[in-house]
Amino acid sequence: MSDQKKGCDSERRNLLVATSVLGGAAVTAAAVPFVASLAPSERAKAIGAPVIADISKLAPGEKMVVKWRGKPVWILRRTPEMLASLEAVKEKLSDPDSEKSAQPAYAKNAERAINKEYLVAVGICTHLGCSPTDKLKPGTDEGVQEPGWQGGFLCPCHGSLFDLAGRVFKGQPAPTNLEIPPHMFDPANPNLVTIGVDPTDSKGA
Amino acid sequence: MAANSNFPKYQSDGTRLGNALEWFDARFPLTSLWKAHLSEYYAPKNFNFWYFFGSMAIVVLIIQFVTGIFLVMHYQPNANLTPAGLPIAFESVEYIMREVPGGWFIRYMHSTGASFFFIVIYLHMFRGLLYGSYRKPRELVWIFGVLIFLCLMAIAFMGYLLPWGQMSYWGAQVILSFFSAIPVVGDDISTYIRGDYVVAAATLNRFFALHVCAVPLALLGLVVAHILALHEVGSNNPDGVEIKKFKDENGIPLDGVPFHPQYTIGHDLPANVIMLMFFFAVLFFWPEGGGYFLEYNNFLPADPMATPEHLAPVWYFTAFYSMLRAMTWNFFWIDAKIWGVISMFAGVFILAFLPWLDRSPAKSIRYRGPIFKVLLAFFVVSFAMLCFLGTKGVEYHFFGYTPSKDSSPLSILISGAFHTKLWTIYYFLFFLTMPYWSKIDKCKPVPERVTFK
Repeated sequence: MSDQKKGCDSERRNLLVATSVLGGAAVTAAAVPFVASLAPSERAKAIGAPVIADISKLAPGEKMVVKWRGKPVWILRRTPEMLASLEAVKEKLSDPDSEKSAQPAYAKNAERAINKEYLVAVGICTHLGCSPTDKLKPGTDEGVQEPGWQGGFLCPCHGSLFDLAGRVFKGQPAPTNLEIPPHMFDPANPNLVTIGVDPTDSKGA
Repeated sequence: MAANSNFPKYQSDGTRLGNALEWFDARFPLTSLWKAHLSEYYAPKNFNFWYFFGSMAIVVLIIQFVTGIFLVMHYQPNANLTPAGLPIAFESVEYIMREVPGGWFIRYMHSTGASFFFIVIYLHMFRGLLYGSYRKPRELVWIFGVLIFLCLMAIAFMGYLLPWGQMSYWGAQVILSFFSAIPVVGDDISTYIRGDYVVAAATLNRFFALHVCAVPLALLGLVVAHILALHEVGSNNPDGVEIKKFKDENGIPLDGVPFHPQYTIGHDLPANVIMLMFFFAVLFFWPEGGGYFLEYNNFLPADPMATPEHLAPVWYFTAFYSMLRAMTWNFFWIDAKIWGVISMFAGVFILAFLPWLDRSPAKSIRYRGPIFKVLLAFFVVSFAMLCFLGTKGVEYHFFGYTPSKDSSPLSILISGAFHTKLWTIYYFLFFLTMPYWSKIDKCKPVPERVTFK
């Protein structure tokens, strides 16, 4: 062994090291376009344009779904009883004041909305991305086992429960409340909601 | 004309076939490969039916490759809609089923093959557990096997997206969201895997590429490594003794028989014929497997706006899916979601550590003590329960019980949620406490040589 070491040609070794380093750099550089190709394409990004929903036909207590960025966005017109339930369930919620959750600043309030009558929320569970199902009626009529159920949503995949403001109950797999997307009511026509755009003034008109 | 290879060991016997063989052998290790892996690979003579499943896995692998190649000739990985409003991918599967001559047969062979693959692999793995086939010196055989199992799960999962039905779409949506549980970089990783902000056309195309090309290549390589490693150390057997300890004057193990023809013709061939009888019985009379092999909701085209009311993975994933669902509390300020993901992956990876967790003096269950037998029986129960509960909704209760408003202690005891947690804990404790109980268990003396009537 020691004989071989003595005979080691240090110039050749340096060349070997230099070639390896250069080759490694070239492979890394060549990997960049391959990794980059996995990111969303320009076309996929362009689909994220805002959508406008007409809520004139939505009766109190009804929900409609519009597609925004490939995701379902719910618009729920809440009755006074539904709004009252938000206060009643507060004790049972994991993040009642939406401290950890995603929403625009103007929707970080008790009703999680600009216009408290309308809940506009991304209908994708914050656990693993299923779309929760409506369990809007209070009581046991809809098969929700939570005692004193006031109405809300149940994720069919892993059982997370949400109240009528999309806030998650304690002890559920979902870590945070449902996301509230940027949204605004058309100042000229309050029956038109634009999803994906922040309101122009602080009142949310 | 005699071939002239200059290698005495390849010497032709003078016949035309012999000359041809000599020509090849001088250029490629044909005869020596045949001998090393088949005609002069000595396997223990006491194999029983548990040793069928390795060769069955190879037969099913070949079925999947051949049917897969033919399906690719007709299938279109395209999430755009046809003029009738159906996604093209979904429509092309229906086209294969209804309009391609023999298409239904090829497609059902592929879908039935997926379930059969997992049936034989689970039994093959259980054989390893019974007879300690992962123990020294077969650690690498076992680890290659665990990697094959991982590849299979990846292939099955990505293949399941291709029909672009409701279960395809939402199953992928859920599994890919796992990656978003990783702190800080999770959301970006999810986006890079999907190629979009939700499961979309980009996801379908890349899954197609991975399902038909990348992962099968990795799988093939691992199968070769698995078999090479096995043939280097030699097969284990139901007695868990090393047959290489006692050899005759030619260096052949006294308790060994040539793998070919003894096991190929006398053991694996009839076993595979019977397996294929079951296979085609399922294919012709029960191709949907009661909604477990092909889920009914997957006959609906993918709808990104609505999750199916009852979402469950295909049966072979349900045990690990249960481990995911078992985690509903936040420990150490880390979200339950991350714990669920960790426990699901840990459920697979913990298998790779078996060679070092097991410290029993005997390998085979035949000579192991009562502790192992009892704990293994409960392990089978735990795996079966986790499989079963993974197919059920979160509100499931045993005995068809529907709880009243206030949950009594009894209703908790018979709830699926409770049993999911209980058996997940058992599954992990079985492995984690193994170094202790496998050592103190009262084993019987292990014989020097295999027992065989």
